Amino acid sequence: MRCAVIRFLGSNCDADCYHVTKRVFHHPTHYLWYEEERDLDDYHLIIIPGGFSYGDYLRTGAIARFAPIMEQVRSFSEKGGLVLGICNGFQILTEMGLLPGALKINRGLRFICKYVYLSVENNKSPVTRSFKVGEVLQMPIAHGEGNYYIDEGGLLELEEEGRILFRYCDEEGEVTQDSNPNGSVGNIAGICNRGRNVFGMMPHPERCAEALLGNGSMDGGGIFNSLQEEVEEINARTKEMGEGRTHKE
Amino acid sequence: MWQVMVEVMPKKGILNPEGSVIQEALLSLGYKGVSHLKVGKTMKFYLEGSSQGQVEEQVQKMCKQLLANPVIEDYTYTILAEGDKG
Repeated sequence: MRCAVIRFLGSNCDADCYHVTKRVFHHPTHYLWYEEERDLDDYHLIIIPGGFSYGDYLRTGAIARFAPIMEQVRSFSEKGGLVLGICNGFQILTEMGLLPGALKINRGLRFICKYVYLSVENNKSPVTRSFKVGEVLQMPIAHGEGNYYIDEGGLLELEEEGRILFRYCDEEGEVTQDSNPNGSVGNIAGICNRGRNVFGMMPHPERCAEALLGNGSMDGGGIFNSLQEEVEEINARTKEMGEGRTHKE
Repeated sequence: MWQVMVEVMPKKGILNPEGSVIQEALLSLGYKGVSHLKVGKTMKFYLEGSSQGQVEEQVQKMCKQLLANPVIEDYTYTILAEGDKG
Protein backbone atom coordinates (compact mmCIF):
# COMPACT_ATOMS: atom_id res chain seq x y z
CA MET A 1 0.00 0.00 0.00
CA ARG A 2 1.60 3.25 -1.13
CA CYS A 3 0.73 6.05 1.30
CA ALA A 4 1.18 9.79 1.43
CA VAL A 5 0.78 12.13 4.37
CA ILE A 6 -0.02 15.75 3.61
CA ARG A 7 1.76 18.46 5.56
CA PHE A 8 0.32 21.92 6.01
CA LEU A 9 1.81 24.78 7.97
CA GLY A 10 0.45 23.87 11.39
CA SER A 11 0.04 20.10 10.92
CA ASN A 12 1.29 18.34 14.03
CA CYS A 13 0.23 14.70 13.63
CA ASP A 14 1.96 14.25 10.28
CA ALA A 15 5.03 12.56 11.76
CA ASP A 16 2.84 10.20 13.82
CA CYS A 17 0.89 9.11 10.74
CA TYR A 18 4.09 8.70 8.73
CA HIS A 19 5.64 6.68 11.54
CA VAL A 20 2.68 4.30 11.69
CA THR A 21 2.31 3.61 7.96
CA LYS A 22 6.06 3.53 7.28
CA ARG A 23 7.62 1.96 10.36
CA VAL A 24 4.82 0.09 12.09
CA PHE A 25 3.06 -1.24 8.98
CA HIS A 26 6.05 -1.07 6.60
CA HIS A 27 4.23 0.62 3.73
CA PRO A 28 6.12 2.93 1.38
CA THR A 29 5.13 6.38 2.63
CA HIS A 30 5.90 9.92 1.48
CA TYR A 31 5.22 13.33 2.86
CA LEU A 32 3.45 15.71 0.50
CA TRP A 33 3.89 19.45 0.98
CA TYR A 34 0.65 21.45 0.76
CA GLU A 35 1.93 23.53 -2.16
CA GLU A 36 2.53 20.55 -4.44
CA GLU A 37 0.38 20.33 -7.53
CA ARG A 38 1.34 16.94 -8.94
CA ASP A 39 -1.28 14.25 -9.32
CA LEU A 40 -1.58 11.55 -6.67
CA ASP A 41 -2.32 8.56 -8.88
CA ASP A 42 0.79 6.76 -7.60
CA TYR A 43 -0.76 6.37 -4.16
CA HIS A 44 -3.40 4.11 -2.68
CA LEU A 45 -3.98 6.13 0.47
CA ILE A 46 -3.75 9.84 1.22
CA ILE A 47 -3.79 10.80 4.90
CA ILE A 48 -4.74 14.31 5.96
CA PRO A 49 -3.32 14.48 9.47
CA GLY A 50 -4.35 16.35 12.58
CA GLY A 51 -3.05 19.70 13.69
CA PHE A 52 -3.90 23.36 13.43
CA SER A 53 -3.50 24.13 9.74
CA TYR A 54 -3.35 27.89 9.19
CA GLY A 55 -3.71 28.39 12.92
CA ASP A 56 -7.36 27.29 12.76
CA TYR A 57 -8.10 30.90 11.79
CA LEU A 58 -11.59 31.75 10.53
CA ARG A 59 -12.81 28.13 10.98
CA THR A 60 -10.86 24.91 11.38
CA GLY A 61 -9.87 23.65 7.94
CA ALA A 62 -11.42 26.63 6.15
CA ILE A 63 -8.19 27.93 4.62
CA ALA A 64 -6.31 24.63 4.22
CA ARG A 65 -8.98 23.40 1.85
CA PHE A 66 -7.77 25.91 -0.74
CA ALA A 67 -4.15 24.69 -0.65
CA PRO A 68 -2.99 23.51 -4.11
CA ILE A 69 -2.57 19.90 -2.95
CA MET A 70 -6.24 19.71 -1.96
CA GLU A 71 -7.41 20.08 -5.55
CA GLN A 72 -5.29 17.01 -6.27
CA VAL A 73 -6.87 15.24 -3.31
CA ARG A 74 -10.29 16.09 -4.70
CA SER A 75 -9.58 14.58 -8.11
CA PHE A 76 -7.85 11.58 -6.48
CA SER A 77 -10.99 10.97 -4.42
CA GLU A 78 -13.25 11.38 -7.45
CA LYS A 79 -11.31 8.54 -9.10
CA GLY A 80 -12.02 6.36 -6.05
CA GLY A 81 -8.70 6.87 -4.23
CA LEU A 82 -8.73 6.30 -0.46
CA VAL A 83 -8.57 9.47 1.64
CA LEU A 84 -8.42 9.41 5.44
CA GLY A 85 -8.84 12.68 7.34
CA ILE A 86 -8.00 12.51 11.03
CA CYS A 87 -9.07 15.33 13.36
CA ASN A 88 -8.03 18.51 11.50
CA GLY A 89 -8.07 16.32 8.38
CA PHE A 90 -11.76 15.56 9.03
CA GLN A 91 -12.43 19.29 9.48
CA ILE A 92 -10.72 20.07 6.17
CA LEU A 93 -12.73 17.38 4.33
CA THR A 94 -16.03 18.79 5.61
CA GLU A 95 -15.01 22.33 4.66
CA MET A 96 -14.22 21.05 1.15
CA GLY A 97 -17.59 19.36 0.92
CA LEU A 98 -16.01 15.93 0.39
CA LEU A 99 -17.77 14.90 3.59
CA PRO A 100 -21.10 16.33 4.78
CA GLY A 101 -21.67 18.37 7.94
CA ALA A 102 -19.37 20.61 9.94
CA LEU A 103 -17.27 20.47 13.11
CA LYS A 104 -18.10 23.11 15.67
CA ILE A 105 -16.48 24.10 18.93
CA ASN A 106 -16.93 21.44 21.66
CA ARG A 107 -20.12 21.68 23.70
CA GLY A 108 -18.10 22.34 26.88
CA LEU A 109 -15.87 24.89 25.09
CA ARG A 110 -12.72 23.14 26.27
CA PHE A 111 -10.03 21.38 24.33
CA ILE A 112 -10.42 17.69 25.22
CA CYS A 113 -7.46 15.33 25.24
CA LYS A 114 -8.38 11.89 26.57
CA TYR A 115 -9.17 8.29 25.70
CA VAL A 116 -12.73 7.59 24.60
CA TYR A 117 -14.68 4.48 23.68
CA LEU A 118 -15.99 4.07 20.15
CA SER A 119 -18.60 1.71 18.88
CA VAL A 120 -18.08 0.35 15.35
CA GLU A 121 -21.38 1.13 13.65
CA ASN A 122 -20.65 -0.22 10.21
CA ASN A 123 -17.88 -2.47 8.91
CA LYS A 124 -18.65 -2.27 5.21
CA SER A 125 -15.98 0.32 4.55
CA PRO A 126 -12.27 0.19 3.75
CA VAL A 127 -11.40 1.64 7.18
CA THR A 128 -13.63 -0.60 9.30
CA ARG A 129 -13.63 -3.91 7.42
CA SER A 130 -11.38 -5.67 9.93
CA PHE A 131 -13.70 -4.80 12.84
CA LYS A 132 -16.97 -6.39 13.95
CA VAL A 133 -20.13 -4.29 14.09
CA GLY A 134 -20.72 -3.32 17.71
CA GLU A 135 -17.06 -3.85 18.62
CA VAL A 136 -15.94 -1.34 21.26
CA LEU A 137 -12.64 0.39 20.54
CA GLN A 138 -10.52 2.69 22.64
CA MET A 139 -8.80 5.64 21.00
CA PRO A 140 -7.58 9.05 22.09
CA ILE A 141 -9.21 12.30 21.02
CA ALA A 142 -7.47 15.68 21.15
CA HIS A 143 -9.55 18.53 19.81
CA GLY A 144 -11.31 21.79 20.54
CA GLU A 145 -13.65 21.61 17.55
CA GLY A 146 -14.98 18.09 17.27
CA ASN A 147 -18.66 18.77 17.80
CA TYR A 148 -20.08 17.21 14.63
CA TYR A 149 -23.13 18.92 13.23
CA ILE A 150 -25.38 17.82 10.41
CA ASP A 151 -29.03 18.75 9.83
CA GLU A 152 -31.81 16.20 10.35
CA GLY A 153 -32.11 15.29 6.68
CA GLY A 154 -28.38 14.79 6.40
CA LEU A 155 -28.31 12.63 9.52
CA LEU A 156 -31.08 10.44 8.20
CA GLU A 157 -29.18 10.01 4.95
CA LEU A 158 -25.97 9.03 6.79
CA GLU A 159 -27.90 6.51 8.86
CA GLU A 160 -29.83 5.00 5.96
CA GLU A 161 -26.72 4.66 3.84
CA GLY A 162 -24.66 3.14 6.67
CA ARG A 163 -22.12 5.94 6.50
CA ILE A 164 -21.71 6.47 10.23
CA LEU A 165 -18.64 4.39 11.00
CA PHE A 166 -18.00 5.24 14.66
CA ARG A 167 -20.04 6.66 17.53
CA TYR A 168 -18.80 7.68 20.97
CA CYS A 169 -20.03 5.17 23.53
CA ASP A 170 -19.39 3.90 27.05
CA GLU A 171 -17.21 0.96 28.01
CA GLU A 172 -20.09 -1.45 27.34
CA GLY A 173 -20.73 -0.04 23.89
CA GLU A 174 -23.87 1.88 24.87
CA VAL A 175 -24.21 5.13 22.93
CA THR A 176 -25.19 7.52 25.73
CA GLN A 177 -25.21 11.29 26.24
CA ASP A 178 -22.65 10.88 29.03
CA SER A 179 -20.24 9.19 26.67
CA ASN A 180 -20.51 12.00 24.12
CA PRO A 181 -17.41 14.09 24.80
CA ASN A 182 -18.07 17.08 22.57
CA GLY A 183 -21.79 17.33 21.79
CA SER A 184 -21.67 15.67 18.36
CA VAL A 185 -25.04 14.98 16.74
CA GLY A 186 -25.84 11.28 17.25
CA ASN A 187 -22.50 10.79 19.09
CA ILE A 188 -20.88 10.70 15.65
CA ALA A 189 -17.10 10.25 15.75
CA GLY A 190 -16.42 9.12 12.17
CA ILE A 191 -18.18 8.98 8.81
CA CYS A 192 -17.56 8.24 5.16
CA ASN A 193 -18.74 9.68 1.87
CA ARG A 194 -21.29 8.04 -0.40
CA GLY A 195 -18.56 6.42 -2.49
CA ARG A 196 -17.11 4.92 0.73
CA ASN A 197 -13.58 6.00 -0.17
CA VAL A 198 -13.30 9.26 1.82
CA PHE A 199 -13.24 8.97 5.62
CA GLY A 200 -13.22 11.47 8.43
CA MET A 201 -12.78 10.78 12.12
CA MET A 202 -11.97 12.90 15.17
CA PRO A 203 -10.21 10.13 17.20
CA HIS A 204 -6.54 9.48 16.46
CA PRO A 205 -5.86 5.89 15.30
CA GLU A 206 -2.21 6.79 14.65
CA ARG A 207 -1.72 7.35 18.38
CA CYS A 208 -2.74 3.81 19.33
CA ALA A 209 -1.45 1.53 16.62
CA GLU A 210 1.51 -0.12 18.35
CA ALA A 211 2.25 -1.72 21.71
CA LEU A 212 4.81 0.86 22.80
CA LEU A 213 2.32 3.73 22.63
CA GLY A 214 -1.45 3.75 22.94
CA ASN A 215 -1.84 3.41 26.69
CA GLY A 216 -2.72 -0.26 26.36
CA SER A 217 -4.88 0.14 23.25
CA MET A 218 -3.75 -0.91 19.78
CA ASP A 219 -7.20 -0.43 18.29
CA GLY A 220 -6.00 2.26 15.89
CA GLY A 221 -4.00 -0.44 14.14
CA GLY A 222 -7.29 -1.97 13.00
CA ILE A 223 -7.91 1.08 10.79
CA PHE A 224 -4.58 0.59 9.03
CA ASN A 225 -5.12 -3.18 8.82
CA SER A 226 -8.49 -2.58 7.21
CA LEU A 227 -7.02 -0.20 4.65
CA GLN A 228 -4.24 -2.67 3.87
CA GLU A 229 -6.76 -5.49 3.33
CA GLU A 230 -8.75 -3.24 1.02
CA VAL A 231 -5.74 -2.26 -1.06
CA GLU A 232 -4.53 -5.87 -1.29
CA GLU A 233 -7.96 -6.85 -2.54
CA ILE A 234 -7.99 -4.04 -5.11
CA ASN A 235 -4.49 -4.99 -6.27
CA ALA A 236 -5.46 -8.65 -6.62
CA ARG A 237 -8.55 -7.67 -8.61
CA THR A 238 -6.57 -5.34 -10.87
CA LYS A 239 -3.97 -8.04 -11.48
CA GLU A 240 -6.66 -10.56 -12.36
CA MET A 241 -8.23 -8.13 -14.79
CA GLY A 242 -4.82 -7.44 -16.31
CA GLU A 243 -4.16 -11.15 -16.75
CA GLY A 244 -7.60 -11.63 -18.24
CA ARG A 245 -6.83 -8.99 -20.83
CA THR A 246 -3.50 -10.60 -21.71
CA HIS A 247 -5.16 -13.96 -22.29
CA LYS A 248 -7.71 -12.44 -24.63
CA GLU A 249 -5.01 -10.76 -26.64
CA MET B 1 -12.27 52.14 -2.34
CA TRP B 2 -15.21 50.77 -0.37
CA GLN B 3 -15.48 49.82 3.27
CA VAL B 4 -16.97 46.37 3.79
CA MET B 5 -18.30 44.88 7.02
CA VAL B 6 -19.22 41.20 6.95
CA GLU B 7 -21.09 39.65 9.85
CA VAL B 8 -21.15 35.87 10.16
CA MET B 9 -23.57 34.33 12.66
CA PRO B 10 -24.53 30.76 13.61
CA LYS B 11 -27.65 29.70 11.71
CA LYS B 12 -30.99 29.60 13.45
CA GLY B 13 -31.38 26.38 15.42
CA ILE B 14 -27.63 25.68 15.58
CA LEU B 15 -26.44 25.41 19.15
CA ASN B 16 -23.78 27.98 19.91
CA PRO B 17 -21.80 26.89 22.97
CA GLU B 18 -19.93 30.23 23.33
CA GLY B 19 -23.23 32.10 23.26
CA SER B 20 -24.80 29.86 25.90
CA VAL B 21 -21.87 30.36 28.28
CA ILE B 22 -21.89 34.15 27.89
CA GLN B 23 -25.65 34.22 28.36
CA GLU B 24 -25.32 32.19 31.57
CA ALA B 25 -22.64 34.60 32.80
CA LEU B 26 -24.89 37.62 32.16
CA LEU B 27 -27.82 35.96 33.92
CA SER B 28 -25.64 35.06 36.88
CA LEU B 29 -24.49 38.70 37.11
CA GLY B 30 -28.12 39.62 37.59
CA TYR B 31 -29.02 40.83 34.07
CA LYS B 32 -32.55 39.46 33.77
CA GLY B 33 -34.32 38.52 30.57
CA VAL B 34 -31.25 37.80 28.43
CA SER B 35 -31.97 35.13 25.84
CA HIS B 36 -30.87 33.74 22.47
CA LEU B 37 -27.32 35.04 22.86
CA LYS B 38 -25.12 33.99 19.97
CA VAL B 39 -21.48 34.68 19.22
CA GLY B 40 -20.49 35.33 15.63
CA LYS B 41 -17.71 37.10 13.77
CA THR B 42 -17.35 40.53 12.24
CA MET B 43 -14.82 41.19 9.52
CA LYS B 44 -13.97 44.66 8.27
CA PHE B 45 -11.93 45.39 5.18
CA TYR B 46 -11.51 47.74 2.24
CA LEU B 47 -12.10 46.68 -1.31
CA GLU B 48 -11.34 48.39 -4.60
CA GLY B 49 -14.13 48.47 -7.13
CA SER B 50 -15.69 50.67 -9.76
CA SER B 51 -19.26 50.51 -8.45
CA GLN B 52 -21.22 49.38 -5.43
CA GLY B 53 -22.79 46.61 -7.51
CA GLN B 54 -19.44 45.25 -8.58
CA VAL B 55 -18.14 45.35 -4.99
CA GLU B 56 -21.27 43.62 -3.73
CA GLU B 57 -20.86 40.83 -6.24
CA GLN B 58 -17.28 40.28 -5.03
CA VAL B 59 -18.32 40.31 -1.37
CA GLN B 60 -21.08 37.76 -1.95
CA LYS B 61 -18.61 35.50 -3.68
CA MET B 62 -16.13 35.86 -0.80
CA CYS B 63 -18.81 34.98 1.75
CA LYS B 64 -19.93 31.90 -0.12
CA GLN B 65 -16.44 30.65 -0.91
CA LEU B 66 -14.61 31.32 2.34
CA LEU B 67 -15.96 33.72 4.95
CA ALA B 68 -19.01 31.71 6.02
CA ASN B 69 -19.70 27.98 6.14
CA PRO B 70 -23.25 27.59 4.76
CA VAL B 71 -23.77 24.36 6.75
CA ILE B 72 -23.74 26.20 10.07
CA GLU B 73 -23.53 29.94 9.40
CA ASP B 74 -25.43 32.83 7.80
CA TYR B 75 -23.83 36.06 6.67
CA THR B 76 -24.84 39.65 6.17
CA TYR B 77 -22.74 42.56 4.94
CA THR B 78 -22.75 46.30 4.59
CA ILE B 79 -20.80 48.24 2.00
CA LEU B 80 -20.01 51.91 2.53
CA ALA B 81 -18.26 54.40 0.29
CA GLU B 82 -14.74 55.12 1.53
CA GLY B 83 -14.46 55.94 5.21
CA ASP B 84 -11.57 56.32 7.63
CA LYS B 85 -9.24 53.38 7.45
CA GLY B 86 -8.45 51.87 10.78
